[in-house]
Amino acid sequence: MGAPSPMSPFALVDVNNFYVSCQRVFEPKLEGKPVLVLSNNDGCAIARSAEVKALGVKMGAPWHQMQDLVRQHSIIARSSNCALYADMSTRVMTILRQFSPHQEVYSIDECFLGLRGIQRDLIDYGQEIRGTVKQWTGLPVCVGIGPTKTLAKLANHLAKKRPEFNSVCDWQRIDRQRQQALMAELALNDVWGVGPRIAARLQTDGIHNVATLAACDPETIRQRYSVVLQRTVLELRGVLAIELAQESEDKQQICCARSFGHPVYSLEAMGEAVSVYAARAAEKLRRQHSIASGISVFIQTNPFKPNEPQYNQHVAIALDPESDDTLQITRYALWILKRIYRPGFAYAKAGVMLTGLQPRGTVQRHLFRTDPDPLTRAALNETMDRINARWGRGTMRTASAGTTQDWKMRQNHLSPAWTTRWPDIPVAR
Amino acid sequence: MMEALLFGPAAAHLAPPIQLIPLAGTRVPAGFPSPADDWTEERVDLNQRYVTHPEATFYFTVAGDSMSGTDPARSIPDGATLIVDRALQAEHGAVVVAVIDGDFTVKRLFSRRGRIALIPENPAYPVIELAEGQELAIWGVVTAWVHQAR
Repeated sequence: MGAPSPMSPFALVDVNNFYVSCQRVFEPKLEGKPVLVLSNNDGCAIARSAEVKALGVKMGAPWHQMQDLVRQHSIIARSSNCALYADMSTRVMTILRQFSPHQEVYSIDECFLGLRGIQRDLIDYGQEIRGTVKQWTGLPVCVGIGPTKTLAKLANHLAKKRPEFNSVCDWQRIDRQRQQALMAELALNDVWGVGPRIAARLQTDGIHNVATLAACDPETIRQRYSVVLQRTVLELRGVLAIELAQESEDKQQICCARSFGHPVYSLEAMGEAVSVYAARAAEKLRRQHSIASGISVFIQTNPFKPNEPQYNQHVAIALDPESDDTLQITRYALWILKRIYRPGFAYAKAGVMLTGLQPRGTVQRHLFRTDPDPLTRAALNETMDRINARWGRGTMRTASAGTTQDWKMRQNHLSPAWTTRWPDIPVAR
Repeated sequence: MMEALLFGPAAAHLAPPIQLIPLAGTRVPAGFPSPADDWTEERVDLNQRYVTHPEATFYFTVAGDSMSGTDPARSIPDGATLIVDRALQAEHGAVVVAVIDGDFTVKRLFSRRGRIALIPENPAYPVIELAEGQELAIWGVVTAWVHQAR
């Protein structure tokens, strides 16, 4: 940390209204219409088109509370089409890698690129990035460029909100006076890493906008707030304090948890859900070539219904021997469930977590042990992964995962998996 | 076949298994390596030939007979799968997927002397002419199509 990064300047590229934009690529009819995408279970708005934002619908607004508005303005809703978003995200990130080998994928729809050594006008380069992603995928992106990641983020915000930048903003190309004026107009929340709580504290300290925050003495900020905020202040001044994260590291734990479509009252149904999550977690584990040495399962009732009897329990045990085997992991998960399950509660959520992950191959084989033949099991798991990748998740599953799965989440507005399932590919007449 | 137990709901009742101790269990690979190992090559793959830009490639199903014609090299049957590359520029004569009134259509692009039209292969269908100022949204260029033999 602190040493000059070889990657600066940085670009932050992100897709505008990513989920909504993905829907529009395959449903051109939605262009120009108010569209929103709902969270798992169709609970609340998690992505809004510009038209929906203009109607004052806030991020996270509950779907059932906006029905009047929906009717009045013919708002179109879509359930989260996770398979589509994941595939489109992969496409975008792969395309962006053509523009710089130094890439940090920051979230499903945004990434940093290290632009050092690019002998080009960076605004032109940004426009080329934007044009390529738009043509290849149909998705609109904005590009912010700056000498630090925090300023690249800030520039991205400007690129998105201010039409004069035409979706690409290079902070270094704005003259000092204008930089100051822009910072004075920006809210503290617009700065990467400044959450609402810190923003409120800064306000009470008399720091009301980004310009005043950038003018603070970094050392004082460190003492009064944190090292993290000190770095933010340094970065706003153009001093590099946050490096481009290295190659995405494999996860240290894998969690698969979901809320149910409706309350679940039986051990059988809970067992099905836990089996599905265990299988999903095991699949993720194998994808990153790890094995797990610990497993935990949790179950809980709905904390938002305080009048109903509440129960939640979380138990972890060692996975011994370490494993990446779906059958083994499912068996352990169900064993825990059996011990923590209490009848008489309306369960709302369950989850399976795999911990103590290590790369496969570094683990010593035990001398005195009859594990299920690891070669046969590996082949079985591989086959299962391939079948599920090809024919859709859950095509091949353990019988304990059940066949009805009526606890599954609500997705009343789900669109086809246009890019990941053959029967779902779009139709041209 | 012991493992069959694990599939059923009975799995919930099982404790983690008691471990037995084997006398010996390691398999040792024996024999000579195949002399062909040094000569293995990647098997030919349709993707190598037909998918130049994987990130920009999408598939569509053709519905209807608007592109069915008498020339077998140009005729695209109902139900065929289209390979569509968005990275390519649509040029005169290319088969394209376009968006007309919000719907996808597959036609041959005519673009000459300022006239732009979408031409069906089947003469029973009308040529779609673009009026002055009307914008044509080309979604992607069809690079190939595949049809199941029956």
